[in-house]
Amino acid sequence: MTSYPEWWKLVFGRFTFEALPLHEPILVATFAVVVLGGLALLVLITRMKAWGYLWNEWFTSVDHKKIGIMYMILGVIMLLRGFADALMMRGQQAIAFAGSEGYLPPHHYDQIFTAHGVIMIFFVAMPFVTGLMNFVVPLQIGARDVAFPFLNNFSFWMTVGGAVLVMASLFIGEFAKTGWLAYPPLSGAAYSPGVGMDYYLWALQIAGVGTTLSGVNLVATIIKMRAPGMDMMKMPVFTWTSLCTNVLIVATFPILAATLALLTLDRYVGTNFFTNDLGGNPMMYVNLIWIWGHPEVYILILPAFGIFSEVASTFCGKRLFGYASMVYATVVITILSYLVWLHHFFTMGSGASVNSFFGITTMIISIPTGAKIFNWLFTMYRGRIRFELPMMWLIAFMLTFVIGGMTGVMLAVPPADFVLHNSLFLVAHFHNVIIGGVVFGIFAGIAYWFPKAFGFKLDPFWGKLSFWFWVVGFYVAFMPLYVLGLMGVTRRLNRFEDPSLQIWFVIAAIGAVLILFGILCFLIQIAVSIIHRDALRDTTGDPWDGRTLEWSTSSPPPDYNFAFTPVIHDHDSWSDMKKRGYQRPLAGFRPIHMPRNTGAGVVIAGFATLCGFALIWHVWWLAALTFVGAVASVITHSFNYDRDFHIPAETVLREEDSRSKLLARA
Amino acid sequence: MAKAAAQVPVSNGAPTFYVTEEEHEHSGGSTMLGFWIYLMSDCLVFAVLFATFGVLGRNYAAGPSGADLFDLRLVAVNTGLLLLSSITYGFAMLAMEKGRQAAMQGWLVVTGLFGLGFIAIELYEFAHMIHEGATPMRSAFLSSFFTLVSTHGLHVTFGLIWLVVLMRQVARRGLIEANRRRLMCLSMFWHFLDIVWIGVFSFVYLMGVLK
Repeated sequence: MTSYPEWWKLVFGRFTFEALPLHEPILVATFAVVVLGGLALLVLITRMKAWGYLWNEWFTSVDHKKIGIMYMILGVIMLLRGFADALMMRGQQAIAFAGSEGYLPPHHYDQIFTAHGVIMIFFVAMPFVTGLMNFVVPLQIGARDVAFPFLNNFSFWMTVGGAVLVMASLFIGEFAKTGWLAYPPLSGAAYSPGVGMDYYLWALQIAGVGTTLSGVNLVATIIKMRAPGMDMMKMPVFTWTSLCTNVLIVATFPILAATLALLTLDRYVGTNFFTNDLGGNPMMYVNLIWIWGHPEVYILILPAFGIFSEVASTFCGKRLFGYASMVYATVVITILSYLVWLHHFFTMGSGASVNSFFGITTMIISIPTGAKIFNWLFTMYRGRIRFELPMMWLIAFMLTFVIGGMTGVMLAVPPADFVLHNSLFLVAHFHNVIIGGVVFGIFAGIAYWFPKAFGFKLDPFWGKLSFWFWVVGFYVAFMPLYVLGLMGVTRRLNRFEDPSLQIWFVIAAIGAVLILFGILCFLIQIAVSIIHRDALRDTTGDPWDGRTLEWSTSSPPPDYNFAFTPVIHDHDSWSDMKKRGYQRPLAGFRPIHMPRNTGAGVVIAGFATLCGFALIWHVWWLAALTFVGAVASVITHSFNYDRDFHIPAETVLREEDSRSKLLARA
Repeated sequence: MAKAAAQVPVSNGAPTFYVTEEEHEHSGGSTMLGFWIYLMSDCLVFAVLFATFGVLGRNYAAGPSGADLFDLRLVAVNTGLLLLSSITYGFAMLAMEKGRQAAMQGWLVVTGLFGLGFIAIELYEFAHMIHEGATPMRSAFLSSFFTLVSTHGLHVTFGLIWLVVLMRQVARRGLIEANRRRLMCLSMFWHFLDIVWIGVFSFVYLMGVLK
């Protein structure tokens, strides 16, 4: 231990060189790879002179399509990190038997399962879902952008800020060792004194601001900016589920923010909200965090339901069966998702009446969800089904999700939950619904809307390979966990004594490797598609014979989305337009009013992230400085009144003419 | 349905699929709705803090209780200041509607002074309590008390900063549409804080002094 002089603490807070994990070969190797890869990327960007392009066209862009795409890229990058954690856990559990300690010591292993959960929910699933909503919703409702384009850019960079903090914890200090929801008193100052918990708190707080604001933004967009004629019951189902999801975001993320703030106060100020002494109540944290946490899983799954609804009607070539019932089911799920949180801790001891209430509300949620499954099935019935990739994901989803839903109903029965609580059965259940529902849905959505975003389809061969690896890998990886859970194996264990269990963990590890192949095939699919983009080109703007408005414009859409604002007569509006002989307007264009790009979002989010980093390490002067910097840049930005411009009519004419040429070629 | 049909332009019986008239420039309609939704999300933050106070508000841990600590006369003055500031903000908005910029700025100054007075008294109260050993660390009751009340106070502080910034912007550019929209947003924010304070006053202070 080197001793540090007094001024060191003033300048660097609690940072010391021991905080760098130089003694962890795994981390050093990872760090080396990241640094080399990062440097290579930086050199490549510099040599291609792409910095100006990236800054002007992407980082500062307020275009909802570009922000959506950036969210997706963030999701892919963080998926690799989160999945690396998963592989390490599966590897550890497969070998740590009968005296072997495996290769991950407990303090490292605990960080990995915490990081895995946090990353997969907050920085993989959320960016993917938000990215798809951002890209698709304005196009589906015939709008030119979201209601608050600058706020959209800012929200994205706040999410990135949170992700950067989580990634930084890998190499500077440590991450939380508490599990992804960080229950106190374990997560309090007494039992988690290190920086890991503070990384957790500030990463989620900063990303949460972004998520809340993007929720406000999309709710206002959907309510205020729909094209004429699109009343609520003519909105595409994906827009409906997005509306419900964003209502949930606005109504729950503030609860997360407040709850984490209280825990932060406990840790930084020494208050007694969740401590065991001086009147604190740790179980209040568990209640509060799940009042956010349960709606959160619906925030993730509802957009996936929307994607599958679009996919079902498009690839079956007919209207969605039971549009109205689909909408009502979505709304009912939205409301019920608030009335079930306590099922995450039946064992807390709230008593039979409380547990019964929450058990029953939980089981009731399966009714609207089941109605949705039947709607998709009846959409397929007598449809002309095209087994393109998104449709395959839909089938896999329906089969897998029903299993996850049934194990969910099992867990909803309080007496059964007393046995299954905290076991691998639970772990299998939520991976069953999150992978089988959310992840499959996101992949369906990526395959479905990729041609709209980039102007060429994804390569089907590698996509199908990825599909099969993912689906088979999922079953191989998680069915053994159901078995283990029923045998009573609890979650988050670092090593095991009973050698008869090992075979199940080995099978699960094989499953994880299959999923790894699935992810690799997905990446190869994107690379191959870029290389073969000319052969895969979509010149029509409507590669799947789509039914909603986004397919009426070109692929990729022009900056202004629609030369003229569309008028809607039916909820499958583009299908309706095609049927009734819609003629694309070729002349008479007018200047289009658009928001201007701005770097303010990057700057403010940058200050916020630095401020979080300074708070984590107790570098108070930097925290104060960056906080003032953030507030000052908000104020400076508010003095800028020149926020929009007009795309001249000639530019619109040029864009539309080039589309006419493309269409003529098709 | 009738409303939807009325919106859709139909020419010669054939359906129209796009509007050729560009809709008027974006008005503040989305901003008002968006800000309202934001306020509701902020309201949930306060809801959590109120709920926390509801759970922990009697956990004194053998320390002082509300009855020991609260000086209702001081809080009454404070409440009066904040309520008056809401009224004066209302006068500012009336002046804005009439286009009387100088009067509006004057009322905003009065509003700001009331707000400043509120913050000053709150800080005095906090300092007094901490001096007596009733720190946020002393008990769960005090943790939840200080957090709820100071979160409200922080909001008022940010409202004051915003007020000053807005007055500067109005002085620079006058009562243009963007500024009127911003003044409306701050108005909603200010009244919202007033309503929250009424909750704090009744729920924390008045009920706190009851034995």
